[in-house]
Amino acid sequence: MNEATSALSRRRLFEIIGASVGGAAAYQAMTRLGHAEESPYRGPIKLDGDPKGASVIVLGAGLAGMATAIELERAGYKVSVLEYNLRPGGRNWTLRGGDVYTELGGATQRCEFDAGLYLNPGPWRIPYHHYAILDYCRRFGVTLEPFIQLNHNAYLHSANAFDAKPQRIRDIKADFDGGVAELLAKATRKGALDDAVSTEDQEILLEALRSLGALDKEFRYRAGDDSAAHRGYAKHSGGGLGAEPIAGDPVGLHDILTSRLWRGLQSFLLYDFPTTMFQPVGGMGRIGEAFARQIPDRIRHGAKVVAIRQNDSGVAVDFEDLMAGGTVREVRADWCVCTLPLSILSQIPINVSAPMKAAIEAVPYASAVKFGLQFSRRFWEEDEHIFGGITYTDLPIRQISYPSTNFNAGGKGVLLGGYTFDGANSYEFTAMPPAERVKRAVAFGAQIHPQYLTEFENGVSVAWHRVPFTLGCAGDWSDEARKAHYNDLCEIDGRIVLAGEHASYIPAWQEGAILSALDAVQRLHKRVVAS
Amino acid sequence: MRLMALRAIVLVVSGAAGAPTLADDAPANSAAMSHGWEFAEQGGADLFRNVCAACHQPDAKGAVGAGSYPSLVADKNLDSADFMLSVLLGGLKGMPRVGDMMSDAQVADVVNYVRTHFGNSYSEAVSATDVAAARRRAQSAP
Repeated sequence: MNEATSALSRRRLFEIIGASVGGAAAYQAMTRLGHAEESPYRGPIKLDGDPKGASVIVLGAGLAGMATAIELERAGYKVSVLEYNLRPGGRNWTLRGGDVYTELGGATQRCEFDAGLYLNPGPWRIPYHHYAILDYCRRFGVTLEPFIQLNHNAYLHSANAFDAKPQRIRDIKADFDGGVAELLAKATRKGALDDAVSTEDQEILLEALRSLGALDKEFRYRAGDDSAAHRGYAKHSGGGLGAEPIAGDPVGLHDILTSRLWRGLQSFLLYDFPTTMFQPVGGMGRIGEAFARQIPDRIRHGAKVVAIRQNDSGVAVDFEDLMAGGTVREVRADWCVCTLPLSILSQIPINVSAPMKAAIEAVPYASAVKFGLQFSRRFWEEDEHIFGGITYTDLPIRQISYPSTNFNAGGKGVLLGGYTFDGANSYEFTAMPPAERVKRAVAFGAQIHPQYLTEFENGVSVAWHRVPFTLGCAGDWSDEARKAHYNDLCEIDGRIVLAGEHASYIPAWQEGAILSALDAVQRLHKRVVAS
Repeated sequence: MRLMALRAIVLVVSGAAGAPTLADDAPANSAAMSHGWEFAEQGGADLFRNVCAACHQPDAKGAVGAGSYPSLVADKNLDSADFMLSVLLGGLKGMPRVGDMMSDAQVADVVNYVRTHFGNSYSEAVSATDVAAARRRAQSAP
């Protein structure tokens, strides 16, 4: 497959999946096809053998860099870490009230959220099969709580379907399944499957279709107790007089098909977005803070790496000390683990092999934008009975995620008011001043939740191409680039090895960053002990 | 053909997506946003403001953080339209292939715009035909 075909395929996939589902799903589909395996993590790594006082300079204090530093220090290495930001964590990051964030271009936002409310601009959910990060959370005492991915009472929305009125996921899901089951049952009973399915299996198939599609005795999907058992009732069961429920009319299959709202159901089937996911209590940034506590005094903040040199005996790294007016300083070590994003590293002089250099320059960085919007009350819970989960829309904001914490407690709340990933809208939002991004997100969201117009209080937005420490969201590998460059990126080059989500097959996920680091550390240690 | 059919479907579905209700003080960016994967903006100025400015900034002066976005102001590199086309259509280091999300005419418009603004005055314009040829070159690159 040449690159032209690849570009078209990416776009087609985006249109199939992303147009109404939301960019993250599209991104995962684009980058992970054929790679959906569970994490190979099998417990803490063991580094046997004496490093004999060897020193390692780690570049970057995101999760990859800190995992590297933690494991190497435990194995007896002398470790130091250089970090551009004044906080640890990198893309593991939570914005809370009082935080000040200045993006590239100079626009500064002061987060005005009330105490306890937050936005995770980067990673925000952890699938149950990301074993490595879950293990580190357990070992470092990071308390997790469930992250609600699928909420049947959240919405699917299109500006061009059902008069732009949001539809409950449970209605669309039950009615699509029921409508398809009815069709398939009809075809089966007419003998249309006789060539493909045995008579015995046809009977079982009909039984399964009736059960899973909520069909009635005549294999029809109609208003009644059978369909209501899946989709819910128009008038719910009550108590006392007049309490009997009334089943609602299903949405017709034709209406669902032509609305394209079925696209929104796809994300709930993806391996990367299972129903069992987690988030740290208090924000994703709690993980980075916990990692940093394991290596007190090892991280030098405000250090902007400007050159990396190696020879037969060691590595020297030049950095601007931003705490001292940009004075250039040098640090030396026997080895270097570099976790800087390739968007940054590709701009820094480094003497590595030509293949590694080509690999460093081969990966574009994705566009992504997130919005955090604070509202004066949790109207999604109080008015619409939506407790966590995600609404998908074909508006430029793509999705609205409801907080998976402090349920049913009243008071204020912060919604993820939009999350774009690649595609035109992501660039367009990025090009706007932050205040306008937020204004747009409010205007779009109000088409789904009119309460926005009266309850909105304040908001922040993070556009990853304007994030000073990454210049993009994550490595946006194409299959072709991976084939040509991935191994060259991951090999140890002299005394330097790279790590990070970009050096993994789980791009843009924290699990990929950690697994990459653990793999690099083990290979490096083997080499050190052998030398 | 299948691709064309799919794209047609997407356009039908999202073509009339409601524009946001904006206050009177709507900013300089075009009021409508694109639908789907590709940029809907037409003309070099609008494309620059809504696409390129995301990184290179509205004044084209670039920006500096842990890494930097180069300034395009009085930029000698832009003397070569071919270079610019190769960057838009093939990407460069961390920069994505934004030309993949534009038509040949859009790429030509934005290239010509940048090469005649921000202190640049390279008068020889590129055409959509030039872009199509450059796109073929970029896509056949290894």
